[in-house]
Amino acid sequence: MSSLLGARRDPRMARAGAVVLGIGLAIMPFVVGAGAGTAWVRVLDFALLYIMLALGLNIVVGFAGLLDLGYIAFYAVGAYLYALLSSPHLAVAFPALAPGLHWPVWVILPLGALVAGTFGVILGAPTLRLRGDYLAIVTLGFGEIIRIFMNNLNRPVNLTNGPQGITQIDPISIGGVSLGRSVEVAGFVIPSVYLYYYLFLIATLAVVFVSIRLEDSRIGRAWVAIREDEIAAKSCGINTRNIKLLAFAMGASFGGVAGGLFAGFQQFVSPESFTLLESIMVLCMVVLGGMGHIPGVIFGGILLTVLPEALRYGAVPVQTALFGKVLIPPESLRMLLFGLALILVMLYRPAGLWPSATRKRELAVAREAAEGRSE
Amino acid sequence: MSDVLLAASGIGKRFGGVQALQNVSLTIRRGEIYGLIGPNGAGKTTFFNVLTGLYAADAGEVILDGTRLNIGVPHEVTQQGIARTFQNIRLFGNMTALENVMVGRHLRSRAGVIGAVLRTAATRAEEAAITDRAHRLLQYVGVESRANDLARNLSYGEQRRLEIARALATEPRLLALDEPAAGMNATETAGLRLLIESIRADGVTLLLIEHDVKLVMGLCDRVAVLEYGEKIAEDVPEVVQRDPKVIEAYLGGAID
Repeated sequence: MSSLLGARRDPRMARAGAVVLGIGLAIMPFVVGAGAGTAWVRVLDFALLYIMLALGLNIVVGFAGLLDLGYIAFYAVGAYLYALLSSPHLAVAFPALAPGLHWPVWVILPLGALVAGTFGVILGAPTLRLRGDYLAIVTLGFGEIIRIFMNNLNRPVNLTNGPQGITQIDPISIGGVSLGRSVEVAGFVIPSVYLYYYLFLIATLAVVFVSIRLEDSRIGRAWVAIREDEIAAKSCGINTRNIKLLAFAMGASFGGVAGGLFAGFQQFVSPESFTLLESIMVLCMVVLGGMGHIPGVIFGGILLTVLPEALRYGAVPVQTALFGKVLIPPESLRMLLFGLALILVMLYRPAGLWPSATRKRELAVAREAAEGRSE
Repeated sequence: MSDVLLAASGIGKRFGGVQALQNVSLTIRRGEIYGLIGPNGAGKTTFFNVLTGLYAADAGEVILDGTRLNIGVPHEVTQQGIARTFQNIRLFGNMTALENVMVGRHLRSRAGVIGAVLRTAATRAEEAAITDRAHRLLQYVGVESRANDLARNLSYGEQRRLEIARALATEPRLLALDEPAAGMNATETAGLRLLIESIRADGVTLLLIEHDVKLVMGLCDRVAVLEYGEKIAEDVPEVVQRDPKVIEAYLGGAID
């Protein structure tokens, strides 16, 4: 487990690289907004949310090797928690609470992490003895259970407003400044999506930081040991039950934070945002990017958020230019290409598009061995 | 301090209709190399798995240095001072050799999530101590030059040694080796023998399952023989070798 970029480089170079990266990230929304329109800044915002989700799932799947197909449930828990604690909705069920709860975001987000983490433990506990396919099936079921609860908890007490979802959620506001409206700074108007970009960027950097620190620690090593060989890990003195639950809790808490940010950003949540397909999407980000490798997972998150959007905008004009009409609707094309990309990656880059340095070294060794044999 | 490090008494283990172990009792003395031999299927590895916590025994108990072992809970058994290696090497293949040994330090260190994220002074000191200790253990077993290679890329003999280093990292009082010489050539076996002797010299008691009878008889202070899940002999090698029941178990009895 090495540093972020796999190899330790000259510290001066590394610092210069960090400064360039920082400036790049800071001016990104303005460049993208000016070049491609505000809609694309919104895509960037979502990319950041998905990076957080992918990094959370990476702890469970990438580090600890526990295949979780219901991860989006924790995103849902975080989102609904924010929605309930920061909208007029609770007053519907409990008139005493009128005009609803409007808690500040810095209370809700840590609470969201905590509640989602607790759900992680609750859903993880029954699966401790399961591995591989069986674990995947059970977690898939749990993910669906949470969504179906959200869908039906409008009776007997209207907690989630059922399939209609919760509306009128307060936009996130920090220090009295609402991110839901554009802000004017020195005659310079910064639109709402730009503000969210910076908030999400800070949250994502925090999640990346926590991930890196955990990976290179006693806990991170224990996770990887369990992934590699659970029985050996046990006999090395690792309490696999607790360490696995910790992985579920940490992964879920990232999801909870991302969910809260999502609810504040959209100002609307409904069960439709938390389907199985979303879980699979996040899993694909982890697997395509490079399981267990933080930069790879970030790359996967960006790629799988931006590419489908690019297809959505690009598919129609390109097809009209080529064939004079739209042969395949963009929605189907997206899935088609997506499936193809997945198959190709699994065939030719089984360790992901950007695997970790150790994995790369290992592949190189294998290749040399193969070449040595063929000569 | 009594002379006896480990006392197993009346251990029984049944898998469905097969009585894998029946009333097996044995004592291992402090500082000795104890061998456990027997024909294939005699229950050696089952006994090993009971002792190191992987299986819960149906009957009997194990006392290690005066305290009852929590059989069936491997990490607690390791905590109490028994470490093991596996017959078919079980390393963490995609971790480096160094990291493998560092995992062995898990239960002798304590950094949690908060310490890891904030990287406090205490955590940094602990990590440095873990790394240092791991390097010394790699040196001890002689695979220091491969510290940064993935465990799966090590040679067979190196993997065996690495597994021993990982077990030693847990600071065991009893180190249990399941067929450590399996698949080794004569030179590797000789090297292994030196390693086992130096581990004993450093104050760790050893329990050895081995097929290589020459190695066992030359190395062990005392030997127990299992057959069909029962102990048929336990004594110094010279006596065990001449025991008619042992000879019968290995070579078959006379036909009447």
